[in-house]
Amino acid sequence: MFTLKDYIVPESIEEASQLLNQNRNNVILGGLLWLKMGNKNYNKGIDLSKLGLNTIIENESSIEIGCMVTLRQIEISKVLNTYFNSLLVKSVKNIVGVQFRNCATVGGSVYSRFGFSDLLTALLALDTHVHLFHGGVIPLEEFINMTYKKDILIKIIINKDTRKASYQSHRKSATDLPVLAVAISRYNSHWKISIGARPNKAMIALKSSELLSHRPDQIESACNQAVSEMKFGTNIRGSAEYRRELAKVLIRRGVEEICR
Amino acid sequence: MQIKCTINNRIFVEDIQVDMLLIDFLRHLGFLSVKRGCDTANCGLCTVWIDNKTVLSCSILAVSVNEKHVTTLEGIQDEAIEFGKFIASEGAEQCGYCSPGFIMNVLAMKRELVNPTEDSIKHYLSGNLCRCTGYMGQLRAIKKFLNATRGGCLSESS
Repeated sequence: MFTLKDYIVPESIEEASQLLNQNRNNVILGGLLWLKMGNKNYNKGIDLSKLGLNTIIENESSIEIGCMVTLRQIEISKVLNTYFNSLLVKSVKNIVGVQFRNCATVGGSVYSRFGFSDLLTALLALDTHVHLFHGGVIPLEEFINMTYKKDILIKIIINKDTRKASYQSHRKSATDLPVLAVAISRYNSHWKISIGARPNKAMIALKSSELLSHRPDQIESACNQAVSEMKFGTNIRGSAEYRRELAKVLIRRGVEEICR
Repeated sequence: MQIKCTINNRIFVEDIQVDMLLIDFLRHLGFLSVKRGCDTANCGLCTVWIDNKTVLSCSILAVSVNEKHVTTLEGIQDEAIEFGKFIASEGAEQCGYCSPGFIMNVLAMKRELVNPTEDSIKHYLSGNLCRCTGYMGQLRAIKKFLNATRGGCLSESS
């Protein structure tokens, strides 16, 4: 169990940032689901719930998801059930249960860049940016590989294009973490294949995506390319070999679903 | 830190440690229906409602319910007893340890979903684990309960 010395609900994002940087053991509180699994001793816990960051906003060209939006809000969001073949909705649906998803936040999932994250895998297949208080607006792909600097993730910004997408995952049981997660999208003729829970954090299979964009009929080659261009690992949920085989199957299913 | 919250329509003003979890706070105040099962946010036993949203009290800081309304099984006893009769008559109650959290989530589902299909019932309740009774009896009880009370459930999908 973790410990906290102090709990603060700041009134502005500036105040939150100032508090965060006051002490190296100060921490932003998301849904607490992962944080409470650890044993760290924190100084101040900073709760962003009074900053109005719990909304999903549809603009003319983008969808903005505030960091305090819960996974359940994503699941029942009208706009996210409309765009990208409900990719984000499908990605969060199997995460434990409704009560868990009513607690877990988008900011917690994305900022932490968990290897097992379904949401991160799905967001990566879209045209997604993250808005950081200090770091500004940067592509999610860049953010995923950045070192963990102390910053506040304010919101996620997704370009509202006409992309088609598919979400595929394999789990040992319905509510478990994924053994492997795959999100695929096609915008015009450009494909994006994102693979997460390898068990490392999600990344785009660049060469495979490019191959498919040029030769959409070459699904098998794209599957083989994807598993050869990224690292798969072994953990309690599956071996690297097993994940490679799963990846090929899930990529094929995703591509076929989009082509249907 | 001092907090003021409403639990089952009663106001509480309490001075608590900032890292106290809601489950411990509620049990400390005598709301013993709230059970700790897995302690890894996976079993649903500690389910309560905050401002009518079904949540896991094992993963929420008690200080964060300041100025909010918390509902535990003790606060909706009449409805819980009504559903409990359906569970019992389907033989879907053995040790009963998971029942408070399970009932809280069934009643939350009843408020949130209109005419749920069997699939959407299963999806809504998939985060509620039961290790001895089994899910088939529970599902029968839920369907009969929904059909017998306001809300109902689509029969063609059952």
